[in-house]
Formats: sequence, C-alpha cells, structure tokens
Amino acid sequence: MGNEILLMKNITKVYPNGIVANKDVNFSVNEGEIHALMGENGAGKSTLMKMLFGLETPEEGEIFINGKAIKIDSPTTAIKNGIGMVHQHFMLVPSLTIAENMVLGIEPRKNGFIDFKKAVAITEEISKKYNLIVDPEAKIEDLPVGMKQKVEILKALLRGAEILILDEPTAVLTPQETKELFEELVTLKEKGHTIIFISHKLKEIKEICDRITILRGGRSVGVHHVKDVTQEEISRLMVGRDVVLKIDKTPAKPKEIVLKVKEVNHIDVMGKNILNKISFFVREGEIVGIAGVEGNGQRELIELITGLDQYDEGSIVICDKEIRDLTIKQIRDLGISHISEDRMTYGVAEFASIEENIISDRFDNKDLNNKGLLKIRKIQSLVKQLIDDYKVKCDNGQQPVKMLSGGNIQKVVVAREFSSSPKIIIANQPTRGIDVGAIEFIYEKLIQLRDEGVGVLLISSDLNEVMELSDRLLVMYGGEVVASFEDSTKVTEEELGMYMLGIKKQVFEEKRRVENE
Amino acid sequence: MSNKKIETQFEIIRTFVAILMAMTLALLIILLVSKQPVDALTSFLTGPFSSIRRFGNVIEMTIPFVFSGLAVCVMFQAKQFNMIGEGAFYVGGVAASFIAVKFLLPAGIHPFAAILFGGVVGGLVGLLPGFLKVKWNANELVSSLMLNYVCLYLGLYMMKSTIRDPNAGMIGSYVFPETAMLKKILAGTRIHSGLFIAILFIALTYLFMYRTKWGYALRMTGLNESFAKYSGINTKRVIIYSQVIGGLIAGIGGATEILGMYQRFQWSALPGYGFDGIIIAILARNNPIFVPIAAFFLAYLRVGADIMARMTDVPSEVISAIQAIIIVLIAAKRFLAKWQHKRIIKNSQEKLAVKEG
Repeated sequence: MGNEILLMKNITKVYPNGIVANKDVNFSVNEGEIHALMGENGAGKSTLMKMLFGLETPEEGEIFINGKAIKIDSPTTAIKNGIGMVHQHFMLVPSLTIAENMVLGIEPRKNGFIDFKKAVAITEEISKKYNLIVDPEAKIEDLPVGMKQKVEILKALLRGAEILILDEPTAVLTPQETKELFEELVTLKEKGHTIIFISHKLKEIKEICDRITILRGGRSVGVHHVKDVTQEEISRLMVGRDVVLKIDKTPAKPKEIVLKVKEVNHIDVMGKNILNKISFFVREGEIVGIAGVEGNGQRELIELITGLDQYDEGSIVICDKEIRDLTIKQIRDLGISHISEDRMTYGVAEFASIEENIISDRFDNKDLNNKGLLKIRKIQSLVKQLIDDYKVKCDNGQQPVKMLSGGNIQKVVVAREFSSSPKIIIANQPTRGIDVGAIEFIYEKLIQLRDEGVGVLLISSDLNEVMELSDRLLVMYGGEVVASFEDSTKVTEEELGMYMLGIKKQVFEEKRRVENE
Repeated sequence: MSNKKIETQFEIIRTFVAILMAMTLALLIILLVSKQPVDALTSFLTGPFSSIRRFGNVIEMTIPFVFSGLAVCVMFQAKQFNMIGEGAFYVGGVAASFIAVKFLLPAGIHPFAAILFGGVVGGLVGLLPGFLKVKWNANELVSSLMLNYVCLYLGLYMMKSTIRDPNAGMIGSYVFPETAMLKKILAGTRIHSGLFIAILFIALTYLFMYRTKWGYALRMTGLNESFAKYSGINTKRVIIYSQVIGGLIAGIGGATEILGMYQRFQWSALPGYGFDGIIIAILARNNPIFVPIAAFFLAYLRVGADIMARMTDVPSEVISAIQAIIIVLIAAKRFLAKWQHKRIIKNSQEKLAVKEG
C-alpha cells in the first residue's frame, strides 16, 4: 500500500438552509487502494465527494493532495489535480459518439476544425491501455448502461485522473455488469490508480475494497481495513441510532385487510428488475412499516399502489378491488391517501395557494362545487378549519405554498391527505427534511388515525421512524421483502440493518400467509 | 404587508418599468431617424386620442385583441404553448362568413349563429394539437404552428369553393347580408356590438378560470402537472379541453371581427391577431381580468404608430421594436428580481422584529 495521496481534514459543510451535511470529517485515502465510503442516505457521502470534486466548497477544513494543501473551487481545478468523478447519472451527450464524448472540451484540432480521426485514435489508445474495450464510433444513446459507465471512467482517465470517485456505480448495473466493472477496477488499481468507491452494498465492499470509511449523520464514525471488520460490525456502525423519539402508543387492533399486494413484478425501462414478486398486506388499524435503504424498489412499489404507474404482473387489491385498470382518481375514491416522498413535485403546486393545494383531491365532490361552479365560501371555511386543525403556520389560505417552511408545506400535504376520510394511508418518507415539531405532529396524527381504524403503510429510510411507529415491520432489499416481523418492538436495529443491507434474508412466511387468506 | 402583496406590486412595477424603457428606446429611435421628431412623437403618443374616429380605431382594434389574448391566456395557464390562436381566428372568420352568406336568418339570430359556428370550428382546430399531444406526445408548439398554414389554405379553399363572389374583383366572399353584420354602436367610428361580446367573454373566461372546477383543474395542471396527476386530476383531458377552449375563443374572435369590421370575407393571409394574443397574454400575466387593459394598450400603440407613419417620416415598424423590448423584459423572470428579493427579505425581517419586539 502506498502513501497517503489524499487527506481531507476537519471538513465542515453547512448548507444555506442550515443543514449541517458534514461535521469535522477526516477522510484519508492511500495511493493505489480502493477505498469505500459508506453511509446511509443523508449521511454526508455525496456532500463530501462534491467538495472534493469542487462542486461545493467547505466552510471549514483543508484538502491535501500528496501532502500539499490545495483549494478546489471548481471541477476544473479538481481535474487538474488528478481527481476524476463518475457520477451516478451519467454526464454524456447521447447523440454523440463515444470518441466525441471522450474529447468533449479538450477536442484535438486540425486547421481549426475538430479532428475526429484523432479523437477516435485517442479513445482507442486509452481504451487499450486500461483494457476497457469500447467502440469509439458507437453512439452513446445505443449503449447499455454498463458501457456508458466505462466511457465515463475512460473520460476521467483521459483527463489525467489519478483519484477516481465512483458514486454508487453498481446501483444501475446488472450483476454481470457489476462483475465486469469490478474486474476493471482491479486493473485500474494495479496500474496505480486510487479509487474512492461510494456504496451501501456491503457485499460489494467486502469483495473489492481495501479500506472503508463510514459516515453517519455527517460525521466519520471510523476507518477500518475491510478484512478486519465483519459485515455485522459495518452494518452496526452505519445504521446505529442517534436520536430516539419515543412514541407512546397502544398495541394495534387490526381488522380487515385493506391493501393486498400479491406477487407484483416490475421491470423498468432499462430492463432492470425493480420489484421481484413482492407480496404483503395491510389491515385496518395497523401501521405496517417498510424499512430499507432507498432505491430498493420502494418508490416504484408506491407508484404502482397509488396508480402513478401501471403494473403488468401480480395483483394489487385495495378494499377488495383490483386496481389494475383504475385511474388515480378512482383509486383515491377507494379510500387511499398518499404522502409522496417528493413533496415539491407531487405533494404540492408551490405557486398555488394553500387553499388550492388542499382541495386538489376533492374539488370535484358535490359539497364543494355545484354543477361545476366552485362553492368558494364552503371551500374557504373548510380550508380555514384544516389550517387550524393541522396547525399550519401561515397568513391565510390564500398564501402561496412556496412561502411556507418545509414543515408547514408538509402539514398542508398531510392536512389534505388525512382529512379525506381515508381507509389506507401510504406515507412515503412523511417526515423527511422537516423540523422536529412538525415530525411529532405527524406521528401523533398517524397514530390517531390508526386508532380510528385506518390502515397505514409507512415507508421510511429513517430507522428510528419505522421502528417506533410501526406495528408490523417489513424490510425491502433488491425489490423483495426480505424480512417480516410481526412485532416491531422485538427487532433490534442490528438485526434490521443486516436485512436492509442484504446480509441476511428470511424464508418467506409473509407470502404464504397472504396466499392463505 | 405580506410577501405576496410585495410580489403583486412588484409585477405591476416591472410591467411599467418595461413599458417605460421600451418607450424611451422608441423615442431614441425616432430622434435618430426622423427629421420631424416632435411631430412624430406627438402623433404617436397623442394621435390616438386626437379625434373620435381615431379613438374609435383603438377600440375597434381592442376587440379582436381581447379575444386572441383570452384564448392564449387559457392555453398558457395550462402550460400549453399552443399557437393555434392564429389559425383558429382565421377559420372562425371563414366559418362565420359561410353562415352569413349561405343562410337567411333574422337579424338577432344570424350573427349569433355565425359567431357560434365560428367558435365551434375554432374549437375543433384547437382540438388537433391537444389530441396530438396527448396521443403521441407531439409538441403542441410545433404542431400548432404548422397547423396554422393548414388552417389558412384549407379555410381559403373552403371559402373559394363555397361563398366566393366571382365579381368581387379580388379574392373575397359575397357581401354579407345586413342581417348578419354586427351593428355599429357609435356614430363616427366603426365600433360595433362585438365590443359587448368581448366584454362578456372577459367575464366568462375569468369565471371559468377561477370559479369552476374545470378552470381549477386547468390551472393546477399548468402549475404542476405531476401534482395534478397525483391528486387524481385527469390531466390528459385538461390538456385537450384547454386547447379546445382556446381555439373556441379565438374562433369567436375571428367571427366577431369579420362580421363587425368587414363587408365580406377578404383575408387572403393570416391576419396576425392570434400571435398578438401572445403579447397580450404575457402583458396580462395570463389573467383574463388584465386582458382588456393589455389589449387596449397594444391597440393604442398600433394605432399611434399608424398615425405617426401617415403624418410623419417615421415608419410604423417602430412599434415592433417597442413590443419586442416589453416582451423580453417582462418574460425575463430575473429582471429586477434582486430588488424584489431584497424587499422580501427586509419585510420578513421586520415582521420577525415585530414579533420578537
């Protein structure tokens, strides 16, 4: 193992909205190693890497390359210092060829024109050197994902990258492509390059990484040699709980099944299997939590249940009705409420008023309009009532939603979704990015509704949240329910962590139970 | 003061600053090109008010502007950048002429039937880009621009093959019967009863947009389509009906214009009102209530420029420059934004201080 090639010392980053993304983080990488950077969503991995690549600037701290302090204020400076980054979402021009993409910004010229032959030659040369074989004249848009990633890596290498940052490179790859990528990474390592590998897939880290730095809540919680730590230890370090919001609730008294998902498959446009024969159910009067690292099919599952996307295989039944051919409106009329994880895209229209945002699911009802004419006074009194009930801090119902704080915007969403007398509530990351007061308020309301007999499906990557709120608990990993716990109080976070990261997997009882009922 | 009020105020100020800057530039151009700048300016600015007839010209021109402005408002509020207003206006005129020439109806009913038919045909034309968008995701901007030519030539063909007057000495229809024409309502001008139809449509469009469930669904779809869809609004239907209604209003505009201002149908090219509607809608911030003001203002500029061109050596094209600057400044969201932001911050801080103090 070589010398320390990169050192990020006492890095602190505060975003303008006050969120502390990194606090006194120390991150050190040796020459010629594959170093894993691990942590949950929001742990600060991306922020740290953005600062290294010059996309963000730290408030405090220093960055050393080969022992020399440098200031990285833009990606250009980062590239000059031998740092290359392969983003999760590829930065390639689809309509251009590989060679053209490779030389973008550093085009070889001849008589003032771009020398395409030279570009192809350059591409072939570097491709051979690193044994990353690509066809320089192929168009990017025709390539599979794995190939695009190769191009991204080559692009960084062509620009002289000594340190390569790979941001969750395997998230978009098939297992075969992943295998190939790993072989390529090992080759790169042998050629003396240093690789920073961001991931939360433990197995992969075990497979190819030398050392690992784990971040949690914006702080570094340890650097280890991968071979010296067990998967269990890593998982414990990564998902350990910090803040505990204790919630008082009585045991659930579940009744009839309101939501039944049976053997649903979903394949995305890239042909990747996102959901794999997933089955579970939710009953009246219980909160079923789905824990899991984001990107394991939760979002797609919710889109299918709420009608935002269509499923081909399997069945989803809400209140005894198969929803395959129903419109979103019809599904909502069955009694489903949906808090979207993406508040500003789905939850609200930010330029519309609070009032307009609250009536969006019910303006069509008889009591709010008379043959198409809106009953303004009725709407106003309804909205005023809801603003009071849900403690939305605002001037009045006419105020545009974008002028409220995140927590209050979420309260507007919750006010709408909880007041439509739902039979089942789909709460997807209901408390993400909002203040503690609003969080507690939403928890209380959820439990209150549960006690009134509403079924709740809670999806959250916040372990604390799912463990405290849920009556039953499921864990999703790789598009499957890998674990199911009848009593969420009997699960330890260590255990949950191992399921979330795919180290362990239960034999499927839940599926069988659904089929029996 | 609430931050919302600041925003409204700011929009008004921004509009006026934009107009002022554009006018200043026009003044500079006039000073540069004209040998009689004082005369040119006077006739440009005060010309439209110098006689009843000229003021009449302004109002006459305001009427079609109102319709095309309203049409664009409805479509733009749904975020449908549909340019079919132009074509719909044209075919609306053709359709109304057809009814006017081919049928013999009593005075009250004749224009009513003709205008209604013009609206229906305009609506059908508006349906096309909407349908293409929903069905095959064809960009409505492109398809409607192309369709405008289809409207022109198809409309012209229909006119020629059904109601053309071979003795007219030009490409035109038979003269409309007295019963079909809209009555003049002010002596010494050509202001016609279409003015009342325009006023009626301002009110109707406003009510539709802000007081009906369809208008609500339309606005929400325009503000955030994902949100509308998630809430259960049938956004495909909204996309279609917003463009049908836009086409309908433009069609009615064309019908009203032809029956109010002409003796016979004689448009052998697109009249341009549909595109003017975009200028008006932008000035009015897509709000039907402000459409008459914007329409009047544009008509005033056009008539003023016309008078200036006739009386002096400055060509009327000067107003194209004014229009362009106004549009650029108003459409540019960041124009004066810093100043607004500062005011909002100050306002919020003051509020906070009051709360704490």
